[in-house]
Amino acid sequence: MTARIAGVLLCGVAAIAATPNDNRTISHVLERVSFGARPGDTEHVRAVGVDRYIDEQLHPERLADAEVDARLADLTTLRLSSHEIAERFEIPQLKARQAAATNGAAGDAKPDPELQQRANSVVLELQEQKIIRAAYSTRQLQEVLVDFWFNHFNVDARKGVDRFLLTSYERDVIRPHVFGRFRDLLEATAKSPAMLFYLDNWMSIDPAGPHGPPMRSTRPNAPKGLNENYGRELMELHTLGVDGGYTQQDVTEVARAFTGWTIDRPRAGGGFTFNARLHDDGQKVVLGHVIRRGGGEHDGEEVLDILARHPSTARFIATKLVRRFVSDTPPPALVDRVAARFRDTDGDLREVVRAILTSPEFFSADAYRAKVKTPFEFVVSAVRATGADVHDARPLVRQIAELGMPLYQCQPPTGYKDTADAWVNTGALVGRMNFGLALTANKIRGVVVSNATPDGIALGAPDFQRR
Amino acid sequence: MLSRRVFLKDSAFALVSLGFAPSFLTRTAYAQGRNGRAKQLIAIFQRGAVDGLSVVVPFGEPEYYRARPTIAIAPPGSAGEAAVDLDGFFGFNPRLLPLKPFWDQRALAIVHACGSPDATRSHFDAQDYMETATPGVKTTSDGWLNRYLQARHAEHDAPFRAVSLTPQLPRMLQGSAPAVAMNQISQFGIRAGQTNAGATFESLYAEARDRVLGGTGREAFDAIRMLQGADPSRYQPENGADYPRSPFGQALRQIAQLVKAEVGLEVAFADVGGWDTHINQGSSQGQLATRLDDFARGISALVIDLGERMADTVVLTMSEFGRAVHENGSRGTDHGHGNAMMAIGGGVRGGKVYGRWPGLSVDRRYEGRDLAVTTDFRDVFGEIVVRHLGVRDAAPIFPGYAINTARFPGLFA
Repeated sequence: MTARIAGVLLCGVAAIAATPNDNRTISHVLERVSFGARPGDTEHVRAVGVDRYIDEQLHPERLADAEVDARLADLTTLRLSSHEIAERFEIPQLKARQAAATNGAAGDAKPDPELQQRANSVVLELQEQKIIRAAYSTRQLQEVLVDFWFNHFNVDARKGVDRFLLTSYERDVIRPHVFGRFRDLLEATAKSPAMLFYLDNWMSIDPAGPHGPPMRSTRPNAPKGLNENYGRELMELHTLGVDGGYTQQDVTEVARAFTGWTIDRPRAGGGFTFNARLHDDGQKVVLGHVIRRGGGEHDGEEVLDILARHPSTARFIATKLVRRFVSDTPPPALVDRVAARFRDTDGDLREVVRAILTSPEFFSADAYRAKVKTPFEFVVSAVRATGADVHDARPLVRQIAELGMPLYQCQPPTGYKDTADAWVNTGALVGRMNFGLALTANKIRGVVVSNATPDGIALGAPDFQRR
Repeated sequence: MLSRRVFLKDSAFALVSLGFAPSFLTRTAYAQGRNGRAKQLIAIFQRGAVDGLSVVVPFGEPEYYRARPTIAIAPPGSAGEAAVDLDGFFGFNPRLLPLKPFWDQRALAIVHACGSPDATRSHFDAQDYMETATPGVKTTSDGWLNRYLQARHAEHDAPFRAVSLTPQLPRMLQGSAPAVAMNQISQFGIRAGQTNAGATFESLYAEARDRVLGGTGREAFDAIRMLQGADPSRYQPENGADYPRSPFGQALRQIAQLVKAEVGLEVAFADVGGWDTHINQGSSQGQLATRLDDFARGISALVIDLGERMADTVVLTMSEFGRAVHENGSRGTDHGHGNAMMAIGGGVRGGKVYGRWPGLSVDRRYEGRDLAVTTDFRDVFGEIVVRHLGVRDAAPIFPGYAINTARFPGLFA
């Protein structure tokens, strides 16, 4: 297997002549494969060559990353399981609230500010690590792809228990799969408590089963029956795309297949569990495939097989990746080839990304500086360009939010947009100019800039808004 | 500062209870001189699901008092602080007294039992649905107010068509039409550490060959110049308007300032939280009353301050859902369904509670526990878009919903 991939790699490199090592090409590659050049990056790429640099980045496991590990050492919640986070940060709040409720009239029923603040630190540390990794990791392409795939399988930290589930979601569900197989990534998200909660599948049940129609529950949020949210977004946003050729009937059938895929005690940070009593065990027909009755938990897995291998999925994923790496208007011929690569490799995401980064379209004049940076990309690239030392990333978390892109807080499951129109407006531009000035004047607490160039004007100028 | 005497002399009206009469009340006379002037909408979101039954109190319904033994607002005429009678059946929470003059002047209308056809009791999802105006559809990428701006795009393109006095742009205003979020008007500008940074940026953007960034950059500097004329530190509210010092009051004060600065404002947005009263809600005093006091005094100041400009303006309040009819075991209320919205403005046919009242008895409730929804919130939004803002074809603003004027509550003539 390894030999085959190595063979493919050699062929790939041999097939195109070595990419020129001029400054413009190096700058382009750094802008797309990384979050922008740090001092020294250009020299590094020139020394190893563009092709070799891209290959390095496609194999992050071969790159040491000690600086990032050191910078993240103090963010202790990053290493906790959801269960541990719940025990330390959530349960104490819950108990305090219950106590306040039983004490009735006494007190103002305000949440204990100290407990609240401690609980908020979970999302805050996650936001900080995203900035630290993007700014300092040697594994830049990995960080670009974690950002891309998190956004593709977006979950908003503000929805209920998701506030403490995203640490594990990004670390255990997204990150391990960004160079793996799409099918594995898809199943990991489908079974993640974060996604099960965000798109309500955890409370989707067979209305004709033993639990439905529900007893007139006094609990307002008790499961009521089939919930199609996940079934719909799974096809529209995660796999086929909105024009991918599915019907409302398919949505319903998919939702039926996933009944019983739920969370074992969500408030306690429990994991995925299949509850057969909530599952609709009848036959389903999804996109023309018959899923026989009695499949139980396997029904959902069969749906994921069907969707992951559907040609619309290959095309949809290829289009989005090309949009990220090449241009807001993905060249159709490149999308065709990348989609074919997706199908030929059974969704091997490393090979799919390699197909983009080694394509003539990627290196074409049309692609050069064709993308406008998102607020996150802008702030991180400014930190990188100035060689800034970030010893407290929290002020940067706030800056990115004020530029319109609060991290882990994109409300719709679509994720943030990856096209210029979403980010170019008067308020945002004024904000970016001010950020450039503040950063280089050392007016952002927790961040120290010693280099004289680029200055604040350069960071706020039109050219720096592009990558 | 405009003295009250001068104002009175200039305004067409003499006044009653408040000590002044905003001349927007002289609708017909006013409308003639102001035809064709751009209409404005000021949207106010009460995040956290305000208890509409404590805001616009159905004191005429005995079930209300049975369901709420400790938190109900006493009927008008009771000892102490009682509901303020509106129409013999509904009454304002006494903390809403500052809004009563607008009701009396028929400039304030209420739509009760209003809400979403979607059953969710999640703040998160329900706010999302209200802001996108696509209940049940989570993938809508833009907000309905932004789609309104898109629909009107061709007419004019001022940089401050839409402003949100919030740290981030709310979902309702997100989308392809430009909209600006700011905490403080005074912060909109280049905060130069280096001298001349603003001028340097301006020339860089003016000379940029980059069409997209250059064009937007030039608009940004136009916008900055426009706001320089509106120095917030020197702003004096008119007509004796007295804004609360709260963040909400200050947000509304700045909205009024933007309206008067004539920067092309069409849509303004502010939000205010603290309504999720699960525990110790209180009645005419207490947690909810404190929030309502700030809310009512803020809106009252805004309407008084805008004075005759209210002829072209509607202030609309909304909240993602109402709260359960029964109070819970903690003297609070849990998440419910139907709720009350308010619309204030010169063109509003006020002094009336709109919408069919479904009743509060258990068999008339939604899922046996909540105020039922008899008016889809999109019919309120739709009526404002069509009859106030003057959009001919509202269909693109409300995808998946057939806007039908027959379903409009009738807030406008």
